[in-house]
Amino acid sequence: MADVSVDIRNVVKSHGAITAVDHLSLEVRKGEFFSILGPSGSGKTTTLRLLAGFEHPDQGDILIEGRSMRLVPPNHRPVNLVFQNYALFPHLTVFGNISFGLEMRRVPRAELRSRVETVLDMVRLTSKQDRLPAQLSGGEQQRVALARALVNHPSVLLLDEPLGALDQQLRQDMQVELKAIQEQVGITFICVTHHQEEALTMSDRVAIMNHGRLLQVGSPQEIYETPASSFVANFIGVSNTLVGHIRSLNGSCCGVMVPGLPKAQAIVARPPAGAGVGSPVTLLLRPERLHLSREVSLPGFDNALEARISKAIYNGSEMQYLLSLADGISWKARVPNAGGGQKRFLPGEAVFVRWTVDEGVVLPE
Amino acid sequence: MLAGWLLAPALCWMGVFFVLPLALVFVISFASRGTYGGVEWTFSLANYLNVVDPLYLKIFLRSLTLALATTVLCLVLGFPLAYYIARLPVRWQGVWLLLVMIPFWTNFLVRTYAWMFMLRAEGLLNTLAMGLGLIASPIEILYSPAAVLIGLVYGYLPFMVLPLYAAIERLAPSVVEAAWDLYAPAWAVFWRVIVPMTKPGIVAGCLLVFIPSLGAFITPDLLGGARTMMVGNLIQHEYLVVRDWPFGSAISFVLMGLVLAGVMAYVRAEGSRRELEVRR
Repeated sequence: MADVSVDIRNVVKSHGAITAVDHLSLEVRKGEFFSILGPSGSGKTTTLRLLAGFEHPDQGDILIEGRSMRLVPPNHRPVNLVFQNYALFPHLTVFGNISFGLEMRRVPRAELRSRVETVLDMVRLTSKQDRLPAQLSGGEQQRVALARALVNHPSVLLLDEPLGALDQQLRQDMQVELKAIQEQVGITFICVTHHQEEALTMSDRVAIMNHGRLLQVGSPQEIYETPASSFVANFIGVSNTLVGHIRSLNGSCCGVMVPGLPKAQAIVARPPAGAGVGSPVTLLLRPERLHLSREVSLPGFDNALEARISKAIYNGSEMQYLLSLADGISWKARVPNAGGGQKRFLPGEAVFVRWTVDEGVVLPE
Repeated sequence: MLAGWLLAPALCWMGVFFVLPLALVFVISFASRGTYGGVEWTFSLANYLNVVDPLYLKIFLRSLTLALATTVLCLVLGFPLAYYIARLPVRWQGVWLLLVMIPFWTNFLVRTYAWMFMLRAEGLLNTLAMGLGLIASPIEILYSPAAVLIGLVYGYLPFMVLPLYAAIERLAPSVVEAAWDLYAPAWAVFWRVIVPMTKPGIVAGCLLVFIPSLGAFITPDLLGGARTMMVGNLIQHEYLVVRDWPFGSAISFVLMGLVLAGVMAYVRAEGSRRELEVRR
């Protein structure tokens, strides 16, 4: 238990008739980069505000560093929040913004100066310390917001959509930088975002929320490779689905019967725990795990389906194909752009879609 | 080019009805009173020297004190109200702002008379307080500086609330939360963040209350009686009763000069303070 930084225990929070957070229990470890991922209205922002102390749970409790946060106001919590729109003080300089928290805690002048200078250096803003926030670019403002929180050495740093307002290129650079800073300072980061790539790139562990409930917690790889539900699978990237039932069970393999596909084409998959013959299941497949080819027979794959290319989209790094399978099922496939002699498929072309048994994730319905 | 022409109507209006009369008053302030109250066109500084008379200085001082007290009271009463309104759901903000402005729908004179009924010895306030057993005998509030202060605060409170509301409404709640998150106790959130960020509204509200209350004459006339004469009453008195237009004009210009000097001093102090802050 010593390595638990934040312990959310069965927390319920309602806003009027809406249950924003519904019996949420979550443990965040010391020094980890933890992301809470979910669509808007999933309760992730409310969770963050409960941690910061701007709202209080109707039920349950939150422990930070083992101490109950019940009735503890935000200014007495060992956490600092990086606000979504940065919420910098427009009337204070970069230095004034960053030193605000230290001044409030009456840190001696010399120590204050050296601590502010250290974080200014860390976020590469030393030369701009006398500017006002309005004189900074979006990326610089973001770094001031980060520095303003980090300088206080909080036990937990909370980030609300930290990169949401930045453009794509800057966002990707900042993902790397934020992760590097987190590793450097070793503080627990809890980041709320609706941006799945951001969460996967930066986090040690990710929690997926929807409608106030926790759906799955795990490493980015676990979340992506073995989603616990089709909501998670579809929220984290794109998934192709097939709905059917188990026709035969054979040790670690099962045959899945999908209505609409030809009888002979039972899909070979790994059965979910506790499933029996006749259990309804959903098969999930990532678009980049599909193999497309014109060859009628090709060794090394467990499954093959006939499909027709309905659209071919070139987006630089890869080709995206929209496939139409039998019975109006529509899938997506992604093929990396290998350049050179790589053959591309044209709309209208008939192809075979292939994958091995381990690429598919089967969920009980 | 077109933009210049758009300016023309307002410019003409202000020129004919504001600048010209003001210039006339300025000229008259150097003339002297005729035997029967007319204006005699002889240049002299006598009117301005007269203003320094202790009798008039006392009136200036009283006006200044009352106007300052009015401004401070309006600010103290208006800020929480404006903050409350600005943080209401948008549809309720409109309702509350309407309530703040409703008094303007009635004539100011009529409303001041209503205050006379409230404040006099046998008036509403005294009757109520005596009925509740708070006081044994009626307190004479009417015809005192206190009555003038009450009347002025009542009259000018909306002028304080509206600019404050506009400033606070623009203040993002997240900035206040940020200060709170950064260990600021309530007083520091207020003084270090809310006040500096709503300063333009505070300054606008204070000017909008201070300037008219400095020159007010209906309120002190009706609620203050003869004992609480303010500069406004003095000017009115000189023009209409004593019929000494030149002296009335001189007092008016001294009043204008005082207000202008005060505002300029503030602007200058603010400018150098900001420069200092950026240089730090």
